[in-house]
Amino acid sequence: MIALALEAIDPGGLLANFMRGAGEAGAIVSFSGIVRPDDGVSELWIDHHEPLTLRAILAVGEEATARFGLTAITIAHRVGSVGPGEPIVFVAAAASHRRAAFDAVDHVMDQLKTAVPLWKRETRGYDKQWIEARPEDHDDAARWEVKR
Amino acid sequence: MKVRCFGRLRDTVGDLGDVDVPPSVTDSDAFRAWLGKDYPDLLDASVRMALDDQIIIGCHPLGAVREISFLPPMSGG
Repeated sequence: MIALALEAIDPGGLLANFMRGAGEAGAIVSFSGIVRPDDGVSELWIDHHEPLTLRAILAVGEEATARFGLTAITIAHRVGSVGPGEPIVFVAAAASHRRAAFDAVDHVMDQLKTAVPLWKRETRGYDKQWIEARPEDHDDAARWEVKR
Repeated sequence: MKVRCFGRLRDTVGDLGDVDVPPSVTDSDAFRAWLGKDYPDLLDASVRMALDDQIIIGCHPLGAVREISFLPPMSGG
């Protein structure tokens, strides 16, 4: 399941659904990204491109499935206004063995940080600031590049 | 031609909507250079372009393209 969510996402419910549908998987790994409530951010607003963003997330899921031999994958990403403490992203991967499932979730998150048309804007008080991927985000994503 | 801007470009360029493109502007590089005269942020090399919902690399003819998007560096997750 791949989704762009305008409303709150429920990682617990998504994981329960995912596990019910994961069939014969021997390993399920999930990641939930939350807007940190402790650094003065009152709102995260997430911009996206209709339809490029959903298409890009679908491609990320397909790539991870093929690359890591997944039996199932779920990616749900919020768009619009997200408050402190609210989930912004949920990723779950099912595979025969744990390493593939861990790596797949890690890989998907690195791609979401750098290569999917999503843009985050933080609000702190009256200050609104667009966030762009940090150099370390690109370094993380580069770990997955295939050496030729 | 409909022009869409995202991320930080929403603040610095804004929503341009439909623009009239001069006949001499026939490819993506020329379009960026032409619009960049009024909106220099579009000339930033980190800003990518999409033609009709297809992100491009390099210069492409505009042909029958109806919509151009400008995409600053992305930051999901």
